Amino acid sequence: MIDVLEEQETGIKLDSKAPEGPLAEKWAKHKFNLKLVNPANKRKYEIIVVGTGLAGASAAAALGELGYNVKAFCFQDSPRRAHSIAAQGGINAAKNYQNDGDSVFRLFYDTIKGGDYRARESNVHRLAEVSVNIIDQCVAQGVPFAREYGGALANRSFGGSQVSRTFYARGQTGQQLLLGAYSALSRQVANGKVKLFPRTEMLDLVIEGGKARGIITRNLVTGKIESHSGHAVLLCTGGYGNVFYLSTNAMGSNVTAAWRAHKKGALFGNPCFTQIHPTCIPVKGKYQSKLTLMSESLRNDGRVWVPKTKEIAEKVQKGEIKAKDIKEEDRDYFLERRYPSFGNLVPRDVASRNAKNVCDEGRGVAASGLAVYLDFADAIKRDSKKVIEAKYGNLFEMYEKIVDEDPYETPMKIYPAVHYTMGGLWVDYNLMTNVPGLYALGEANFSDHGANRLGASALMQGLADGYFVIPYTLGDYLATIGPADKIPTTHPAFKDAEQTVNDTISRMLSIKGDKTAEEFHRQLGHIMWEYCGMARNAEGLAKAKKMIQDLRKEFWTNLRLTGSDMELNPALEQASRVADFLELGELMVDDALNRNESCGGHFREEYSTEDGEAKRDDEHYTYVAAWEYKGPNQPEKLHKEMLKFETVKLTQRSYK
Amino acid sequence: MNIALKVWRQKNSQTPGKMVDYKLSDVSPDMSFLEMFDVLNEELSHKGEEPVAFDHDCREGICGMCSMYINGRPHGPETGTTTCQLHMRSFNDGDTIVVEPWRARAFPVIKDLVVDREAFDRIIQAGGYVSVNTGSAPDANDILIPREIADEAMDAAQCIGCGACVAACKNASAMLFTAAKISQLAVLPQGHAEHQLRAERMVAQMDAEGFGACSFTGACSVECPKSISLDHIARLNREYLGAKLASNNA
Ligand SMILES: Cc1cc2nc3c(=O)[nH]c(=O)nc-3n(C[C@H](O)[C@H](O)[C@H](O)COP(=O)(O)OP(=O)(O)OC[C@H]3O[C@@H](n4cnc5c(N)ncnc54)[C@H](O)[C@@H]3O)c2cc1C
Ligand code: SF4
Ligand code: FES
Repeated sequence: MIDVLEEQETGIKLDSKAPEGPLAEKWAKHKFNLKLVNPANKRKYEIIVVGTGLAGASAAAALGELGYNVKAFCFQDSPRRAHSIAAQGGINAAKNYQNDGDSVFRLFYDTIKGGDYRARESNVHRLAEVSVNIIDQCVAQGVPFAREYGGALANRSFGGSQVSRTFYARGQTGQQLLLGAYSALSRQVANGKVKLFPRTEMLDLVIEGGKARGIITRNLVTGKIESHSGHAVLLCTGGYGNVFYLSTNAMGSNVTAAWRAHKKGALFGNPCFTQIHPTCIPVKGKYQSKLTLMSESLRNDGRVWVPKTKEIAEKVQKGEIKAKDIKEEDRDYFLERRYPSFGNLVPRDVASRNAKNVCDEGRGVAASGLAVYLDFADAIKRDSKKVIEAKYGNLFEMYEKIVDEDPYETPMKIYPAVHYTMGGLWVDYNLMTNVPGLYALGEANFSDHGANRLGASALMQGLADGYFVIPYTLGDYLATIGPADKIPTTHPAFKDAEQTVNDTISRMLSIKGDKTAEEFHRQLGHIMWEYCGMARNAEGLAKAKKMIQDLRKEFWTNLRLTGSDMELNPALEQASRVADFLELGELMVDDALNRNESCGGHFREEYSTEDGEAKRDDEHYTYVAAWEYKGPNQPEKLHKEMLKFETVKLTQRSYK
Repeated sequence: MNIALKVWRQKNSQTPGKMVDYKLSDVSPDMSFLEMFDVLNEELSHKGEEPVAFDHDCREGICGMCSMYINGRPHGPETGTTTCQLHMRSFNDGDTIVVEPWRARAFPVIKDLVVDREAFDRIIQAGGYVSVNTGSAPDANDILIPREIADEAMDAAQCIGCGACVAACKNASAMLFTAAKISQLAVLPQGHAEHQLRAERMVAQMDAEGFGACSFTGACSVECPKSISLDHIARLNREYLGAKLASNNA
């Protein structure tokens, strides 16, 4: 069955290209049906890869190995520093090395269910299938995964999954996977197949004749605006969680590449699907620049609680008493109480929402009242301090460095924070956007996690897309267009796009107002968190929409920028990213307003059950919302890709 | 807290730089060092002066981007800590803090506290990988690797490529960085086939980039935020010597 939605009005046709046939055979069959590029012809193609995180580095390396000419871009000073480096917990794969009942189908099923049935079956099954190849590949590269004494790979269970399928390298799995991909990339640089462009930011996409033709970049050191032409453009530019200002993302993570492609015609899928991670270090002061994640694995041993009453909580907030002064019977282990079968291991969205609720009731701890305890006392009593230290030593150390409290002695204080964006550019089964020749990989696309992502599956998706999907699907497009189908950078399409980029930068520099990009960003983040964060309602969203519009207007009349465009100018980089966040924010609000249901990370207060659980509306919302840009300050147009479930039955998620 | 800062300001690689004094009041001990710089930069912007350029991204000690030379020490006074993980509680009210970029011939200053570390990428490109193509790997558990070996590889692999080792070394040597990668791959069976060639090529590249010689003083390991051990340099030397002997005999 092919999911096709025809749009009579605008002519955009959303075709998921999901292959027909039994679920488990779709990918194999599809691979066989894809056209191949003759080996001798591969060197005649130029591929632009924007981003060198897990998705971009693996794609660039794999395409270089095949013989394509690749240009790889990143805004950091080295590809090795992409935000993927910060992932801590691990990567899933359906290896079933533990003989505990895992399988490709189970990983597929968990991911679809965890995503609250808002992802495509075909994509998710493929992800589960190739997950096993990823681990093989990474081990062959020398990624030092954790091992048992006998030398076999070790696994842990993660994020509430019932099987142990997570591979990890201490608390630095993302680092080790990225360094593996970076080493493969470096090998292709040495082979002359990949050319690197670090400290270079993509600022526009060039489309001509209906196809993606290349990109416009700014050299962040010299400020020079440049054109790059290619046969295809791959956006591997990560997520947009920083629209909330405070998030666990790296400071530079941004939406600019995806957003500018969106403004050129690429549809944006499910923008409001945001993941709020339950275990982060709470906000401390107004100078706070980012939030630090404490790995989810801590919930395997830590117990989450707050005081039973508001009165006791107030004493904690005022600093009159401490956690240890609160008697056992005055503590509310609210996750264990509400979800007896999953307890502290409920999925992220559920854990986050419950933490918010108890804090909203006034039972939060810390001076701000915006924190809950994550307590290891029982685990230490049960297993000894040594065992806990071996498992979480580096995390405890990191916590102590930031908070200046010893988590072996006193419970950690945690609070939810923005962590991941499931939404992103709409792509078909081939990872191609609706713009021919434009692809989106990794967190930048919307594809595999539905309305909520399970722990340890973003790393899996990034590497699946880059190592094992795009090398096949890209060839099909290239073989169709042929090597001659490319335009030079002297083409007016490039010159016009360069001009637009230059004009936008000059415009920002000429405002000479009073408010820095940083201040606008903080203000936007506050609006998003307040009204489009963990819980949303129609009234609040409508208010947020107006506030964002006003803030955007103010940005373009009152921005304060120092320095010039022809030099390294971090403030200018930030302003240009904030300008895009100010547009994206409104679309997220529109999307959240449109979706009159609660699913995964999207919780609409109006759509909940009596005991406050999310209420999905499968009858009306089993679709991907793909938004089309219609011009500055114009409402975007909604396209729907209906999701068809041939294999799984939609059920209400329950972790009780 | 009140803090006085002396910060290296340099417009670009062609212009000579100088130390400039700034004063900050109301600094909270819970601020990170970089958040203190954020506050300074906001103040400068509002005064119409240009903010101080510095490298940073993850702000949790893993990307290796932050790189400030603080009071004569790379990443400041705490051991095992990157600049972004350093907090103002490590300083006292009224302190004067001197902040400079990494100083090394192979790391030219781009602007203020930002330096060019692409030499590190080129060292990795010279051989810091296992030559395996995507899709041709055997099952991951076909290669059993004893836990001690995996742990040893992981100890070396933790390097974040920040360059503090170079900044700490009086010869601006990149031995610790280079050794960490050579050592990680040399102890693993996957990397063993190419171990000699790798050592030879990476060391040659390191020399070509203009990093100094290693005189084994150990300053690098002390200042390394990931406490990468000097043992890796010893292993590199063995690998390199072995490679030289092998190629001389060939
Ligand atoms: C703290 C933390 C911990 C996490 N832990 C886990 C975990 O344990 N397991 C898991 O599965 N997932 C985890 N995740 C999620 C996961 O790390 C990310 O989703 C994933 O790494 C994203 O990879 P990516 O390749 O899509 O993008 P990124 O790694 O974000 O890379 C983006 C790249 O794009 C470049 N770029 C962006 N914009 C531009 C532009 N305009 N021009 C040029 N270049 C640009 C950047 O320079 C960078 O190279 C974690 C996330 C965080 C924040
Ligand atoms: S060895 Fe240590 S100091 Fe040197 S680059 Fe690696 S992490 Fe930084
Ligand atoms: S900013 Fe990433 S290590 Fe300091």
